[in-house]
Amino acid sequence: MPAATRADEGAGLGRFALLGVWAVVVVVFSIAMPGVFFNWNNFAVLAGSQAPAALLALALVIPLTSGDYDLSVGAVVTLAAMIIGVLNVWHSVPIGWTLLIALAAGITVGAVNAFFIVYFRIPSLVVTLASASLISGIVQWLSNSSTISGISPWLVDVTVNGRLFGIDFAFYYALAATALLWYVLEYTPAGRRLLFVGRSREVARLNGINVDRTRSASLLASSCLATLAGVVYAGTLGSADPFSGTNFLLPAFAAAFLGATSIIPGRFNAWGTFVAVYFLSTGITGLSMLGIPLWVTNVFNGGALLAAVTLSQFARGRQETDLG
Amino acid sequence: METAIDAPNPGAAHLDAPNPGAAHPDALQVSNLSKSFGGAQALRGVDVDIAAAEIHGLLGQNGSGKSTFVKLLAGVYAPDPGALVRIAGSPVSMPMSAAGHEKHGLAFVHQNLGLIPSLTVLENLRIRSLTRAGRRIDWSAERRAAAAAFERLSLSIDPSARIDSLSAVDRALVAITRAFEQMQAPHAARRVAGLLLLDEPTPFLPREDVKRLFDLMRRIVSHGASVLFISHDVDEVREITHRATILRDGAVAGRFVTAEVDREDVIESIVGRRITRFKSGRRDPAGAPLVSAEQLCGPLLHDVGIALRPGEIVGLTGLVGAGHDHVLHHLFGARPGGSGRLRFGPPGTLDDGLDLAKLTPRLAMRQGIAFLPGDRQSASGIGSLEVVDNLFLPDVAAFFRRGVLRRREMAAAAGLIGAEFEVRPPGAGRRLSSLSGGNAQKVLLAKWLKLRPRLLLLEEPTQGVDVGARQQLLRAIRGAADAGTAVLCASCDHEQLADLCDRVLIFAGGAVARSLSGADLSRENIGAGCYAGR
Repeated sequence: MPAATRADEGAGLGRFALLGVWAVVVVVFSIAMPGVFFNWNNFAVLAGSQAPAALLALALVIPLTSGDYDLSVGAVVTLAAMIIGVLNVWHSVPIGWTLLIALAAGITVGAVNAFFIVYFRIPSLVVTLASASLISGIVQWLSNSSTISGISPWLVDVTVNGRLFGIDFAFYYALAATALLWYVLEYTPAGRRLLFVGRSREVARLNGINVDRTRSASLLASSCLATLAGVVYAGTLGSADPFSGTNFLLPAFAAAFLGATSIIPGRFNAWGTFVAVYFLSTGITGLSMLGIPLWVTNVFNGGALLAAVTLSQFARGRQETDLG
Repeated sequence: METAIDAPNPGAAHLDAPNPGAAHPDALQVSNLSKSFGGAQALRGVDVDIAAAEIHGLLGQNGSGKSTFVKLLAGVYAPDPGALVRIAGSPVSMPMSAAGHEKHGLAFVHQNLGLIPSLTVLENLRIRSLTRAGRRIDWSAERRAAAAAFERLSLSIDPSARIDSLSAVDRALVAITRAFEQMQAPHAARRVAGLLLLDEPTPFLPREDVKRLFDLMRRIVSHGASVLFISHDVDEVREITHRATILRDGAVAGRFVTAEVDREDVIESIVGRRITRFKSGRRDPAGAPLVSAEQLCGPLLHDVGIALRPGEIVGLTGLVGAGHDHVLHHLFGARPGGSGRLRFGPPGTLDDGLDLAKLTPRLAMRQGIAFLPGDRQSASGIGSLEVVDNLFLPDVAAFFRRGVLRRREMAAAAGLIGAEFEVRPPGAGRRLSSLSGGNAQKVLLAKWLKLRPRLLLLEEPTQGVDVGARQQLLRAIRGAADAGTAVLCASCDHEQLADLCDRVLIFAGGAVARSLSGADLSRENIGAGCYAGR
């Protein structure tokens, strides 16, 4: 049997390696803390509380697939939450309207990003780094840098108070978004266009794909999904604070890159990202339950991002064998 | 075999070195070099000897083991046990490191040249010296060294020019000069002249530039160094080398002294069977033009008119800068700055045609135009994606039915197309980059042909492709023409144009200078026409 075949089989199993490692992590923490960690309630809380993080990581997968970075998604989370807080709490705007306005704001951010990136041909890294800072500043101005609590109970009801099998509704939104993104990326021509543009803009252009439109749509979709993450985040907390959204950015990148090592190795993909989000948060939850200090969270996330990009590089590079 | 090509025969008498005065040991002696990847034997007991001051050719089709051979010497892979490599008579240990290459005077120039386009010639040429740690850079000394290097090889290249402002051939000359300098440096004292490995340096160069490259190779061997010239081009190897080795299926299929063999024998040894050269069965298609480009202008083109009849294959050629290579890009809307009209149907039809100034690839495709660019690595296919994705790049939406992309149907359709175009190895799930150049090009051509275009634009369709795949590609193109597609083929490969085309337009100064068809259409006449000026 040629070695190549064995390697292929290995790669087949490698698709699920992350799930396996996740299971090991769960088992280890469960043995270490039988009553506290291994407990349906703990898992339910973990599932629900990580929904905004999952939505945000999915938001990143879209532009990463089409070859652009979007560093502004973390700021968009805060922007959406804060618009809901300011309008609903301070100005008593009905919650439904605030959601629409938050979405409009998210679309505006995406459109501005796309305009500078696509029209002026500025690298997305630079544009979204700038817009992230810009949005953060605006959010602080809007909120006087204060946390706003008392957001409409309706939003809280539809995100965390409502439960199915003991798990917050928020989790099912993340699950649905994952399934939807998986479907779009894998089973629609639009998903193929994102992939083609991400892998080679020139080839895509010469095959009749409207590269500028595809990239713009991808940045818009990313901002919209980030807005949804912000809405769910506001509902989860029942309040909006002007700073926490940016803390989501790094773990989201870590999850997107780690996700690219599993399910479809070598490609950013929705289910891989979903698994990665919960793998990372399981690790952090377990560690903090063991009483490990707060700074470890940053080290864990940073280390995970580095490990994830290394692994995803490995997943890509290993298959680049060149015979003869 | 009644030819001058020796079958591999261990213990056979050594061919005399072409340089009778040379008492030096062989520059490179490789014996029993093998390499297997898993179960696949990429190289089997290969012996190659290169004499001092010799230009030695290494010929073979894609997949014959040429690149494995180079990568073994370059230290990318370790050879299987049992190989013996001697450089200038002394055995060296494999795999070799970069330090080992420097010590033994081995230098490589790969097809991608390894230059940094946004930096100057000087910075690229002196990259080793400039990056050596622990000293202050003496810029004037570096400039003098660069000037001296060019002077030694009788080249006139401005060291302060940026690499990306140079022509393709000048870039190659810079890369070769750098390699020559680097292999000379440690050996000036030890009187070992070194060995330069040129891995397919010519396929992207027009003929007259290849001559400049050959001149440089001759000057390099006149300094006592040896050159291993790796190529798939039989004519170039016959022109420049003293001797050559032919690889086929990972083993040595023959060795010859260049002056003693003829072309057909070499080709037979490369492919292992005698190929009947593709002949198009050139015709003179009758009828009204199917498509005509009128008043085509662009940065390099002035008022060009081309009319094609259905099923006609028209070649476009000329020297560098003649503009022929821009025609296709403008007709597909792939490059800005073009103007003119493209009309379908006979002249005088009411159809207004397409305004070329506003044409985009998308609009062009909607009109049934297909374009296969010559830049295979970055413009025509996505190496990191699977064959099936590449095949259906332009028309993936056709498989989107009732809300779902029918992936299984795509794979099945890709399998059928792969079989029809004889893509080897089969398998639509392979990455495009894992195929040889010829097979990747079959995939990319099939991508367009399955759409049955009205007008097919081809740029260097068989460049860097082995002999067997070339015949298959040309046959597929002729097949499309027979089905009514009009074909425009821009190429510098005069032999290919003569074989394939019904008519060849030779460009000079951005306009059609002459047209060859019928009995006048031959490789020699195309070459002569290119050099005849306006």
